[in-house]
Amino acid sequence: MDRVILHSDANCFYASVEMLHRPELRNVPMAVGGDPAARHGIVLTANYPAKRRGVKTGMALWQAREVCPEIQFTSPRMDLYLRFSAMLREMYGEYTDRIEPFGCDEAWLDVTESADLKGDGEKIAHELNRRIREELGITVSVGVSYNKIFAKLGSDYKKPDAVTTMYREEFKGKIWRLPASDLLYVGPSTKRKLLKLGIGTIGGIAETDPRILEQHLGKMGGILWAFANGYDTSPVRVENTHAVIKSIGNSVTTPRDLLNEEDVKLVLYVLSESVASRLKKNGFRCRVVEISVRDNGLFSFTRQKKLEQSTDIVREIAENAMALFRENYSWKAPIRSIGVRGAELVTAEFSDQLSLFSDPEYRRKQHRADEAVDDLRRRFGFYSVQRGIMLTDGALSHIDAEEDHTVHPQGYFGQ
Amino acid sequence: MVSTYSLKVYVEVMAVFTPEGRLIPKTITWEDGRVYQIDRVTDVRRACSLKAGGTGLRYTCVISGKTTHLFYEDDNKWFVERKTASV
Ligand SMILES: [Mg+2]
Repeated sequence: MDRVILHSDANCFYASVEMLHRPELRNVPMAVGGDPAARHGIVLTANYPAKRRGVKTGMALWQAREVCPEIQFTSPRMDLYLRFSAMLREMYGEYTDRIEPFGCDEAWLDVTESADLKGDGEKIAHELNRRIREELGITVSVGVSYNKIFAKLGSDYKKPDAVTTMYREEFKGKIWRLPASDLLYVGPSTKRKLLKLGIGTIGGIAETDPRILEQHLGKMGGILWAFANGYDTSPVRVENTHAVIKSIGNSVTTPRDLLNEEDVKLVLYVLSESVASRLKKNGFRCRVVEISVRDNGLFSFTRQKKLEQSTDIVREIAENAMALFRENYSWKAPIRSIGVRGAELVTAEFSDQLSLFSDPEYRRKQHRADEAVDDLRRRFGFYSVQRGIMLTDGALSHIDAEEDHTVHPQGYFGQ
Repeated sequence: MVSTYSLKVYVEVMAVFTPEGRLIPKTITWEDGRVYQIDRVTDVRRACSLKAGGTGLRYTCVISGKTTHLFYEDDNKWFVERKTASV
């Protein structure tokens, strides 16, 4: 028997929550974005009137104002959005315990079991859609299918506030003519490679010999071919509520542009301290360190690095972040904002494979030193203890590392 | 000119927990200090208020024969919708 999978996606999530609470923003172009007073904030989410005017996620606020002069900006209130995210999950929980969140505004639901009791998938989707509008005051688009990939394409198909089915007998008509880039994991570079093969649509992927796709795209080619044909059998992963935290990161737009490696190192240390301390507070260690960098023009990037051993040690996080930075930045321009993130979190009980070069005793000492610093700071305030490096630039080391508790989408294939 | 006059009014509420664990509001204290007795709660459900801007458990309350909605937000605050937009 086919599974019944829903994908529910809250439309313009942050903006919708703001519009619910602030009626005066409902019928005007608006966007949620970094503190409008601070320099170089970006658009996190725009509402539909703003989107129609060309405002896009990730635009600098000044760019958004350029395409839409009357746009209203409002600062993000993450705590409020996370409360709504929890309320959404609570409602999904009335239909199934098989819920896999994807970011804080999307989730897959496997309702195969409850489909008998609550009616078929489409009926459940309509009920969810109506209840969320009436009870939470925001809207969702829901896709219904027999696999996760098509369910997601279904929720993208019609927005806002809609239900779209992608059943076996329908998907060729509805999905195959969509651009290849609508498929999960077809990013710009894969898209280019596909275009070189003359493939522009999802149907094009489906009807190409998978061996040819694998030749050009590697293993991913075969996976995309399976996705496009509806052979995706990946389960909706049940997660406990703690796993909602996918990664812990801090980023900052610095009081002055960063001009050289010394500046960067200092800021990366400040950020790494905060990341490490929050990892410890939540009982996590990370197996991946990620940096994000934005220069004072439009260039930005993020890079990740898998660690040999999971860590919550400041020095290890900072040194890896620094190494990533050195490998990836060529100083064409000064840097305006920078972030550090620990991802692929494991709980403190997780035991690493010991490698030839790892020195458990040294790491234990580092760990204890960090803990002592955390403890002093708890008792005497953050600036009671500082690393030597932070005395080199008072302004830079006193930046307020912005806690960004974005709930990050996990990789589709898990870990 | 957009009025900043809010249609969402947070109020003080006296409520009781029943032995079954249900939370029932008994009185509402309005902005000016007047206290209103809630005679009856006729319905409780989760609902949003587009007028006031918010969501919560919505209690349909009968006060002196008139029906009014009282919302209990997930952050434990109670609000009502202001009846008129005119200042
Ligand atoms: Mg969304």
